[in-house]
Amino acid sequence: MRIDKDLVAASATPLVLGILMEGDLYGYAIIKRVSELSGGGMQWTDGMLYPLLHRLERLGYVSSSWGTSEAGRRRKHYAITPTGRDALADRQEQWSVVADALRQVWQSAQQPPAAIEGWA
Amino acid sequence: MMEQHAELEAQIGRWRGYVQRRQAISRADIDELEDHLREQIADRQATGLDDEEAFLVAIKRLGNLDAVSREFAREHSDRLWKQLVLVPEDSGGAGTPPWRELAVVLALAVGAGLAVKVGTMWLDDEAVLARNLGLLVFPFLGAYFAWKRRLTASVAVMLLIPFAALAVVLNVYPFVSGGSTEVLAILHAPVVLWLLAGVAYVGGRWRSDNRRMDFVRFTGELAIYFTLLALGGAVLVGLTFGALSVVGIDLEPVMEDWILPFAVPGALVVAAWLVEAKQNVVENIAPVLTRVFTPLTIVMLLTLLAVFTAAGGLVDVDRELLILMDAILVLVLCLLLYAISARDTLAQPGLFDALQLVLVIAALAVDAAMLTAMLTRIAEFGFSPNKIAALGLNLLLLVHLLRAAWLTVGFLRGQRPFGALERWQTRYLPVYGAWAAVVILAFPPVFGFA
Repeated sequence: MRIDKDLVAASATPLVLGILMEGDLYGYAIIKRVSELSGGGMQWTDGMLYPLLHRLERLGYVSSSWGTSEAGRRRKHYAITPTGRDALADRQEQWSVVADALRQVWQSAQQPPAAIEGWA
Repeated sequence: MMEQHAELEAQIGRWRGYVQRRQAISRADIDELEDHLREQIADRQATGLDDEEAFLVAIKRLGNLDAVSREFAREHSDRLWKQLVLVPEDSGGAGTPPWRELAVVLALAVGAGLAVKVGTMWLDDEAVLARNLGLLVFPFLGAYFAWKRRLTASVAVMLLIPFAALAVVLNVYPFVSGGSTEVLAILHAPVVLWLLAGVAYVGGRWRSDNRRMDFVRFTGELAIYFTLLALGGAVLVGLTFGALSVVGIDLEPVMEDWILPFAVPGALVVAAWLVEAKQNVVENIAPVLTRVFTPLTIVMLLTLLAVFTAAGGLVDVDRELLILMDAILVLVLCLLLYAISARDTLAQPGLFDALQLVLVIAALAVDAAMLTAMLTRIAEFGFSPNKIAALGLNLLLLVHLLRAAWLTVGFLRGQRPFGALERWQTRYLPVYGAWAAVVILAFPPVFGFA
């Protein structure tokens, strides 16, 4: 299943922040984790992750530091900041309201006849 | 092992070279992307793909380079601030040919010169001319940006209404000749006009912090280019003067009547175009200049403070000094703004940021000393338009510097991102315009146009 582009974009920030809550990571590992979490359903354009990470850094949600990989290459690691945690908590609330509303609407869509009969 | 993968290494090398040509993607970003690419390749190889296939898959997953580069540009507009439209959505259209832009610029430069020349001929009174000088030049600079940014009609109207209002006020108010409200209006009109030019420069997107920062950069670079043009022009004119005076021709009247009225406004328009066209040259100078002048300015401010304390404060200093000090503080503020605009937002706090904090604190100390001096003067001699205008400016500067110092401390301690400091600067800018407008509009009637 392909997830709609807008939905991917909207969920990118809370997903990245949420993944960083599990521990510091570098870009490729974040992408892999997204793919794992969505059972392969969410395929990001890998290159787009970095401008997003840089934006989150500019907003103060994450901090970065350069380290080295096992192979000795330069590698940039990202960690969530206290401001980022607050932002994530805020997003989480928003998403749970949305998810809750969606769940209710799916449920009522599945069993419409009962309510209508009463009025007939 | 290495030999086996020679072709893969060459491919990655070629890819790096290709990405490097994108101005929006910095070297560090490429390192980051390369690490990603190599991880992806290694994972693909582990699933049994050969080098070539793994490379192709990894490149494909990285995404269309144009789209990725555009996304980088959107986030790091400072790296590309010259192109206000950022990366063109489709690179198919070749845009306007360079000669046409040059023709437009030269026409506007000559036009600005003509307007000033006609102004000097028609407006005999020097004060009337001084009030209108900015109004004569602004339309040509505005027209250049309107042409360059293809301003929409609504933005053009948004510019023309305040411009017309300013023109009416400056010419209809019955200023008392030589009064201080007139001098204040003359001094504050360019501030309002410059912010209007800023609205044109950002193509009407004045609400955007990034665009405002671009305008700060533009202002700094314009000052540099204008100075360079002025220096070159002065050398040229000086040599001509010398040569002609040897044969007994005096160039002085021609200089006053023709060269200056055309050269100065023309140079302004040409400098604006140069900033648009040649940023790369100055872009490398900007951080150097701010690094040179920040410590020097700190030394200057500290010397001034030391001299004033030794002299027993600023209480009975004369007006001239207070005005001079205001000018110095405004200059310090410009340096601060320019330094902030030239800095990489994501760089870690360093020695230079600490120096900048010292600069801000020194300026704050000078500002506080001036404020006490002014309040004492007002308590002693009462209000005057000059004093209120100076007091207002100093209070604005005080608020600006205090908050800047606070945010810099937060940034140095790692509690705040540098972006917070940037946003404070760009959001505070319109306040100066509003104050200038108050001085022009409200001061003359309040103080009886004296």
